[in-house]
Amino acid sequence: MAATATAPGAPTSRLGKAATEFDDRLIVAGPVRRTLNKVFPDHWSFLLGEIALYAFIIALLSGTYLTFFFDASMTEVPYEGEYDPLRGTEMSAAYASALDLSFDVRGGLFMRQMHHWAALLFVAAIVVHLLRIFFTGAFRRPRESNWLIGVVMLVLSLLMGVTGYTLPDDLLSGTGLRIISAILLSIPVIGTWAHFAIFNGDFVGTEIIGRFYIAHVLIFPAILLGLIAVHLLILVKQKHTQFPGPGRTEHNVVGNRLFPTFAGKATGLLLVCFGVVSALAGLVQINPIWLWGPYNPAQVSAASQPDWYIGFLDGSTRIFPAWDINLPGDYTIPALFWPTVVVAGAMFTVLALYPMIERKVTGDTASHHLLQRPRDVPVRTSLGVMALTFYFWLMLAGGNDVIADKFDISLNAMTWIGRIGVIVLPPIAYTLTYRICLGLQQHDREVLEHGIETGVIRRLPHGEFIEVHQPLGPVDEHGHGQLAYGGAPVPKRMNHVGGARRAIRGFFTPIESPAAVELEQQRDGRELAAGETTRELTGSGRPSDGGRPSDGGRPQDARD
Amino acid sequence: MSTTNPQSDAPTDATGRPVDRARVRRRSKQRRRIANVAGLMASLVLTGSLYSVLAPAQAADDTTSESAAEAAGRELYERSCITCHGENLEGEVNRGPSLIGVGEASVYFQVHTGRMPLVRQEAQAPDKPTIFSDEEIDQLMAYVQANGGGPTLPSGNLRDGDLAEGGELFRLNCASCHNFVGEGGALSSGKLAPSLKDTTDLELYTAMLTGPENMPVFGDNQLTPEEKRSVINYIQTVKFQADPGGAGIGRIGPVAEGLVIWVVGIGALMFGIFWMGSKA
Repeated sequence: MAATATAPGAPTSRLGKAATEFDDRLIVAGPVRRTLNKVFPDHWSFLLGEIALYAFIIALLSGTYLTFFFDASMTEVPYEGEYDPLRGTEMSAAYASALDLSFDVRGGLFMRQMHHWAALLFVAAIVVHLLRIFFTGAFRRPRESNWLIGVVMLVLSLLMGVTGYTLPDDLLSGTGLRIISAILLSIPVIGTWAHFAIFNGDFVGTEIIGRFYIAHVLIFPAILLGLIAVHLLILVKQKHTQFPGPGRTEHNVVGNRLFPTFAGKATGLLLVCFGVVSALAGLVQINPIWLWGPYNPAQVSAASQPDWYIGFLDGSTRIFPAWDINLPGDYTIPALFWPTVVVAGAMFTVLALYPMIERKVTGDTASHHLLQRPRDVPVRTSLGVMALTFYFWLMLAGGNDVIADKFDISLNAMTWIGRIGVIVLPPIAYTLTYRICLGLQQHDREVLEHGIETGVIRRLPHGEFIEVHQPLGPVDEHGHGQLAYGGAPVPKRMNHVGGARRAIRGFFTPIESPAAVELEQQRDGRELAAGETTRELTGSGRPSDGGRPSDGGRPQDARD
Repeated sequence: MSTTNPQSDAPTDATGRPVDRARVRRRSKQRRRIANVAGLMASLVLTGSLYSVLAPAQAADDTTSESAAEAAGRELYERSCITCHGENLEGEVNRGPSLIGVGEASVYFQVHTGRMPLVRQEAQAPDKPTIFSDEEIDQLMAYVQANGGGPTLPSGNLRDGDLAEGGELFRLNCASCHNFVGEGGALSSGKLAPSLKDTTDLELYTAMLTGPENMPVFGDNQLTPEEKRSVINYIQTVKFQADPGGAGIGRIGPVAEGLVIWVVGIGALMFGIFWMGSKA
């Protein structure tokens, strides 16, 4: 064996040899190399979806721990655990086991809080990720399918949240369950049947906790995991979008390879997510079920709210007028049907179909891999801000009694603030956003045409004062720039184009000496101050007369 | 005009038989005069005799039983309360309710929490720093108790009750307005159920007993004194109990939690990904 001649380029280390043996049998070197070399854009906003993924992983791990101790049964038992103010109280086995989990299981409370914070973070990160996709037009052809999958995952995450909220069977979650039951019953024709199918009879029955448990720990997570896999596979297959900029086209992706840079970043972000969720779980109490007490349909508490992501439904219900529709023959469509089933249904339908709607309206059926800046698509941006305003106002109305209590405002006034605001504010938001988008575009165009404002004011021989502008590129005979508007970021300050000392590196503390940076820049000949001292004042400061503030300030590629 | 005036009709009728009319009128006037005098005399005699029967007894009561405390309480009452509650505690329409029968328990709660005297008429009297000293409150209590009676202050250990039962009763009777753990909540039209954070045992007890502002009365038939003590035990125990999960963030559940995940959670992670972006 030792005498066998080695082929040229063959590995000599033990690890290398083992890898070769492995590859001889499975032939994975090609795909693995391709995968490790896959390029990811490095803009920070591309990490938002990853936060959602990591929050899901944290919820999955902590939730698994909770299943070891949770008993999803509605059998009535007297509580005999550690928490004094409830000892001897009759409660469901589910609530008793949730209390035991919190007080008698080592690390149980921490894990429960971690699970709940991770769940809140999961939905929040999905929303932020969705906003990034929406406002940059990343959902356009060919990515409509991934948008749809994303919306389905959002709905599933809400269902996960609702079922999980119900499981501890405390007074708060029971109140939520009562509202779920009422929403089901409000659906015309099928409502009663749907309710009986889900609850196995009238509210509350003896089944619902067990059923929600299986939905929460098996059905929804399994579907979600499958969809996440599809979501990511489609992403890999279709490749990332990227912001327009120097060297970026519809046919390439500029960024870092998966290994080592992107893998390092992703691992770092996973650990940061873990850190943030652990810190919250350890330091901030969430859902103190022992304070809520066991569920009893005769009891309800002031300020019973759902978790934030269902808040918009609570809000729409709170501000909707009591418009019951009484039909002949003892049939009623309760007012609750409109703000919950109809409003939520309409909101998610429009959200899911938005790529198709936009494609239809604009007639833009081309494939896009370069993103758009929000300002360059003012109608979409304004629609998005309008929808956000609507959503945010409903969510605010969901907590209107807490706001009324804490800020000493009449609850009736809060209701009317909610009603008027939800109609008046979205159009105002649309108009304002539209104007802001146009204004930002206008400023970009102005800089492209006249150059960057340098802050250098010159007095001309005949007394006129002018500000010297730094053109970004070649100028025509009138001193106007010839660069076309490209939808990419335009440098707006001199230090964006190397007109000042570059920033000292280091996020928390400087990791290089300022003096060394100065020397380096002088050597490179791009230091502004050095150029200023030797430059002769021109007769006119106009760019057309060559009145450029610094020859040392070479335009540099913008970084985003 | 003159034909339709009833006053001008009378003289035209009288011109028919003036003598008869004058005689009848004179006789009936005489009779009326005698009847009036007799009636006046009779009522004077009746009033006098009634006064002699009733008044001395009452006067004797006033002088002997109004203690120094009640007298001082009356003085305080006439200075600070009379505008809205009336000269004789009978209340004033649109200003203040009658205090007859509210008892010293009600006076204790209202004055000790600073709700009374009222600053202005509004949806509900807010609690504020107490205006009267403990001694003055005792005097006011004595005065109101002496004039109409009513619920009195309890004695003994007010937390002498079963903790778990108190919790059950609290969730059943109190939580719908005061929230799970007494954080308080909003009611309609600017009214509110206050937070129970700073309340004393005695304030809790007297509030249940007298039903101040928009709160219903939990008399001894609704919640027995033992049950009231259980409720107080639960409120005060839970209030001073540490939060095992970390910062309590107001103990109001999802609204505060939603705020924390967006501001702290998403905020910290945004910072994290900006940091990573700067490392690109």
